Amino acid sequence: MNIFKAIFCSSLGKKYIMGLTGLALFGFVIGHMVGNLQIFMGQEKINAYAAMLKSVPKLLWVARIGLLFCVGLHIWAASQLVRENRAARPSRYEVNDPTVTTFASRTMIWSGLIVFAFIVYHLFDFTIAPDYLGHDAKDRHDVFKMVILGFSNPFSSLFYIIANGLLCIHLSHGVKSLFQSLGFSTGQFRGWFDRFAVVIAWVIFIGNTSIPAAVLLGFGKEVL
Amino acid sequence: MKLTLKIWRQKNGNDAGGFVTYQANDVNKDMSFLEMLDVVNEGLIAEGKDPVAFDSDCREGICGTCSLVINGVPHGGQKATTACQLHMRHFQDGQTITIEPWRARPFPVVRDLVVDRDAFDKIIQSGGFVSASTGGTPDANAIPISKDASDAAMDAAQCIGCGACVAACKNASAMLFVSAKVSHLGLLPQGKVEKDRRVLAMVKTMDEAGFGNCTVTGACEAVCPKEISLDFISRLNRDYATAVFKSAWGAK
Repeated sequence: MNIFKAIFCSSLGKKYIMGLTGLALFGFVIGHMVGNLQIFMGQEKINAYAAMLKSVPKLLWVARIGLLFCVGLHIWAASQLVRENRAARPSRYEVNDPTVTTFASRTMIWSGLIVFAFIVYHLFDFTIAPDYLGHDAKDRHDVFKMVILGFSNPFSSLFYIIANGLLCIHLSHGVKSLFQSLGFSTGQFRGWFDRFAVVIAWVIFIGNTSIPAAVLLGFGKEVL
Repeated sequence: MKLTLKIWRQKNGNDAGGFVTYQANDVNKDMSFLEMLDVVNEGLIAEGKDPVAFDSDCREGICGTCSLVINGVPHGGQKATTACQLHMRHFQDGQTITIEPWRARPFPVVRDLVVDRDAFDKIIQSGGFVSASTGGTPDANAIPISKDASDAAMDAAQCIGCGACVAACKNASAMLFVSAKVSHLGLLPQGKVEKDRRVLAMVKTMDEAGFGNCTVTGACEAVCPKEISLDFISRLNRDYATAVFKSAWGAK
């Protein structure tokens, strides 16, 4: 049997791709949040962290290409699966009762697409073409000031908060489902994964949105 | 009880079909849902009209033939209940009830509320069996089976193949059905021998039939009249992955 055919051309195989790439991207989201929360430890700490991330360009590019590869595969598999799903139900029901299904589980494609659009915006905003390129006293890119400046705009902050809400709705269903798709959700593990997904989604929401929220409430005003 | 019934009528597979509204004025609350439809049909026949076609067989909840989506829920939404075991006392006097067939591309409508579920038979034919000459009845306990394995296999074996899982799933996925069949045989020593071959063949046939993919919404588990658990889908994912890797590396 051709292993690539079995994974890339079968329903279950495409779910493995969704699960594995989802797991990698979920790991990145956690690391990204923990790293960025260092902003609350002050200008020195976050600027040093940013400089450290860029200190080994080869490693940085391995990570970036790896993430891009995961995003690409995740979207490719999702588009294939959604197309098959829609083809499998050509006529709708007159009455639609969602029974026990959650809002998150029914809207994965939409939360995913909006989060993807947000990621593109976010990359331009802070990585590809940031508005602020100034340097701090130690001649490092002043990431602290860039973030404070960026989030001082209430519209931008609001957009970040809404997008993070959608990301966390996506993760509340995605994280538990990846364990199901990869075959781990049996017996008492199911309950643990279901609870873990909801808790971690809230942790990420609160962790990520605490930064724009704090800036709007006046955090870091002294550097402006 | 008086009820307004909005029933899907469709002459054959090529007909577009549509809803027709009927008044059922003489419904006893102790009737089953199918008995209520029988009474409606008797009225239609007396008026010289075409009765509503619907599938039924055992009428005691074990054959998996009835296939009605009642107010948007396959089998009507009573826990662990098939449409034939659903009683009219769960409805209110004067209520409007919408009755539709299973809707999925692999389950084409034959007539009215009757759908063709050959796709499930094809999946079973591709691997849902144990190919061993069984001979006479073996002695009890001749083959030791752990309590855990036999319990799980029996839970999976409860599946009656009605297709409510496909009907309820927003993606018309058949994974709950396939997972139940794969687990029921694969968990027992007699079926374990062909475990890998079985899961590869049944998933292939499921995909070819045009069913959708599982998105873990849990709708299938909620409507399943035999309460087949989502755990079996996770087990199916695991069994398929091990089978793919083992066969790719030529392991036995």
